[in-house]
Amino acid sequence: MASDLNWAIGGEAGDGIDSTGKIFAQALARAGRHVFTSKDFASRIRGGYTAYKVRTSVDRVESVVDRLDVLIALTERTIEENRDELVDGSVVIYDGERTSMQDVEIPDQSIGLSVPLQDLAEQAGGAIMRNVVALGAAAAVVDFPVDYLDEALVKRFGTKGEAIVANNREAARLGRDYVRGEFDIDTDYAIETTDADYVLLNGDEAIGMGAIAAGCRFYAGYPITPATDVMQYLTGRIEDFGGTVVQAEDELSAINMALGAARAGARSMTATSGPGIDLMTETIGLIATTETPLVIADVMRSGPSTGMPTKQEQGDLNQLLYGGHGEIPRFVLAPTTIAECFDRTVEAFNLAERYQVPVFLVSDLSMAVTEQTFPPERFDVDSVEIDRGKVAGPGYEESVADWTDADGHFQPHAVTDDGISPRAFPGTVDAAHMTTGLEHDERGHRTEAEDERVDQVDKRQHKVETAREREDLSWREFGDPDADTLVVSWGSNEGAIREALPELESRGIDVRVLTVPYLYPRPDLSGPIEAAERTVVVECNATGQLADVIEGDVLEEVDRIGKYTGVRFTADELADRIVERVMEVRA
Amino acid sequence: MSSETHFTDFKSDKQPTWCPGCGDFGTMNGMMKALAETGASPDDTFIVAGIGCSGKIGTYTHSYAIHGVHGRALPVGIGVKMANPDLEVMVAGGDGDGYSIGVGHFVHALRRNVDMAYVVMDNRIYGLTKGQFSPTSREDFETATSPEGTNMAPVNPTALAMAAGGTFIAQSFSSHSQRHAEIVKEAIEHDGFGFVNVYSPCVTFNDVDTYDYFRDSVVDLADTDHDPTNAERANDRIVDPDTEYIGVLYRDDDSVPYDAVRGPDQPMNDLPEGAPEGADRLVKEFY
Ligand SMILES: Cc1ncc(C[n+]2csc(CCOP(=O)(O)OP(=O)(O)O)c2C)c(N)n1
Ligand code: SF4
Repeated sequence: MASDLNWAIGGEAGDGIDSTGKIFAQALARAGRHVFTSKDFASRIRGGYTAYKVRTSVDRVESVVDRLDVLIALTERTIEENRDELVDGSVVIYDGERTSMQDVEIPDQSIGLSVPLQDLAEQAGGAIMRNVVALGAAAAVVDFPVDYLDEALVKRFGTKGEAIVANNREAARLGRDYVRGEFDIDTDYAIETTDADYVLLNGDEAIGMGAIAAGCRFYAGYPITPATDVMQYLTGRIEDFGGTVVQAEDELSAINMALGAARAGARSMTATSGPGIDLMTETIGLIATTETPLVIADVMRSGPSTGMPTKQEQGDLNQLLYGGHGEIPRFVLAPTTIAECFDRTVEAFNLAERYQVPVFLVSDLSMAVTEQTFPPERFDVDSVEIDRGKVAGPGYEESVADWTDADGHFQPHAVTDDGISPRAFPGTVDAAHMTTGLEHDERGHRTEAEDERVDQVDKRQHKVETAREREDLSWREFGDPDADTLVVSWGSNEGAIREALPELESRGIDVRVLTVPYLYPRPDLSGPIEAAERTVVVECNATGQLADVIEGDVLEEVDRIGKYTGVRFTADELADRIVERVMEVRA
Repeated sequence: MSSETHFTDFKSDKQPTWCPGCGDFGTMNGMMKALAETGASPDDTFIVAGIGCSGKIGTYTHSYAIHGVHGRALPVGIGVKMANPDLEVMVAGGDGDGYSIGVGHFVHALRRNVDMAYVVMDNRIYGLTKGQFSPTSREDFETATSPEGTNMAPVNPTALAMAAGGTFIAQSFSSHSQRHAEIVKEAIEHDGFGFVNVYSPCVTFNDVDTYDYFRDSVVDLADTDHDPTNAERANDRIVDPDTEYIGVLYRDDDSVPYDAVRGPDQPMNDLPEGAPEGADRLVKEFY
């Protein structure tokens, strides 16, 4: 009996694959099961293969595996695309009565269940519900109570009226009853439910939720896959908290609007993906020079240029670390799990305001489009602390008078012991001042005087040093602390690495794993690297961008495992590749 | 807002480094005068400037201000106003800044109609980079980068503004100081995006569109029977290639500013010490 069930629905884009998958995932979460979803999608709206996969277990699941137990195939292509993942006894649900599906060949190892999805859907009230019929059919295969599906259907269709909900319920029941009546299936896949209640969300949503919790009030963005969900999440929600979302005409505008709002005193943010970061780069320098706090999320996809917009990659690190002309102090935070997207977003706002710098929050496509279950307590909104850093003015810690020079000029760029000067929000009496992208003196006026230039560059860099001293810019660690092999990674690979550990252990290989959420300023990894016999850096890119950075930091060579097919690592694959590396070195 | 502000309150202690005689002096003085007359004070005024000779204005004025990157002043101004409705926001720039590198933002700022004023110092040339043609340069205008003329029709800023849905479209001449201040003041007071294209001659690089030229050619709409609320009539004047009109060409008195609908009622800078009240329900939504 498989406690771990791998389920998928595939068809053409526009078939409602996503919403069907999500209904199932939500039903499972309601039933107290952990869920980890993944999507295969192409960059087109109608037509083109698309699939939504759900992995579920009573225990936590944090990655995808190359196996499918139940596959709902709405098109023949779905079977072709997933043939290699079908195992002995996998069940394939399809509508053998549809003309396009009449000649499909079900792979030998699996069991094909032809269910008249279309007919049953029409019976329930409309062909459009064939996905829901299929859901019911799949529920029968895995012995999953339809009541949970009902709940999820209400959540999905509740706003569309009772009739729609009733029809969908009927569709699910017809699918279930058909399978029960026609097939004598061995319920090898029967899935256990528990009393737990989980929330289900993706990385973009976790960023959006973190932003509101952190007091973000202004968001400006331009749609781009896979960052758009951040904007869509905030739209219609941030208003309830006194904020607003602006869809700008392009990324240049988006980041400049966000900068304007931040300059006016709002907690402000934008989110984009690689191509948008390129466009924003000039303004990143302006943000740094004017010492304006801003959070910029980069949800990476595959590049260069338009690359593969709907595919996974972690190829922007160099851009985030070094992008921009001149020298720009910045933070680069990289959550390694969906839940951590929330934490690092909250932190990003505090760091941005504490140090008055641009803060990049870097996530990736796999994290953005994946939905995962968590205990709701994992998102502890009540413990969020908002630290606005040094602000001058009534009600804030600093007084305007203390930061005003003899001539009556407020000093927004005063040189201080920690590199951080107080800022004053527009509207503050007697603190009117300008900021500029030109090099400036302490009051914000243009200067080319050598000493003032040096003071300001030093001051800006100094903030990074201060952060290194004051902040806990550490790594996360798991595995065997005494292992010879050290694996270092960032971003969404953490889940696959965690799940590869038992396999590695069974093959006699112990590893110590560090995942690094702070990429700039970053923790010093020389201790763990010296202690290990070999270090392997795992990342979704071709050149090993984190590996390069680490080598530069510790002056020691590290090994690399990269993937740039556009598809995330799976646990099995990672285990194989780590074993391969270790064996190579041993040989 | 105090009604006692004087235009000198908006002057900084920095001496402009513009060439003596540059049109930008008059443009800026008129802007300060207009601000003072509306009762704004430096503490609740925010000036955004782009890059160019024109963009230096932030240094010479006294208020909250930002001098940004080339062409992006308008979005910055929109962000400021969206975050703090209590601020008087004024954006200034050059014709290169606004109609070339930033033309996309110009079009969308007109559509978005945020309540602020946008003043363009149109000298029909690139001043700061020393005399290349600009989007408003004439077709036969010879410069270092157009030895045989630009061979392109110039952008007509007011026509562009009209086509993009501008709700206040005006033109003025920096040298007619009193009239210029009046027009800018009207732009500030307009409920929405107040756009003023200012003929602001470059005495160093443009020997065609000079003070003399403008003095001889401008026609003040105030001296005609022009009704700015009549869009059709406004359009006729805007597309008339032979006349340099000054005054308010078009004004939509029923315009509803974007920020009035989508902006907050109060400044966004006041925050609690923890997550905003009710934020815990965000988690529950994911059940
Ligand atoms: C991205 C970028 N491109 C080019 C420049 C160089 N540049 C500075 S000012 C300017 C033209 C300014 O012309 P205009 O806006 O008409 O202002 P003016 O100097 O005439 O007042 C250019 C091209 C720059 N600063 N940034
Ligand atoms: S170059 Fe032209 S625009 Fe620039 S300051 Fe001199 S006169 Fe004015």
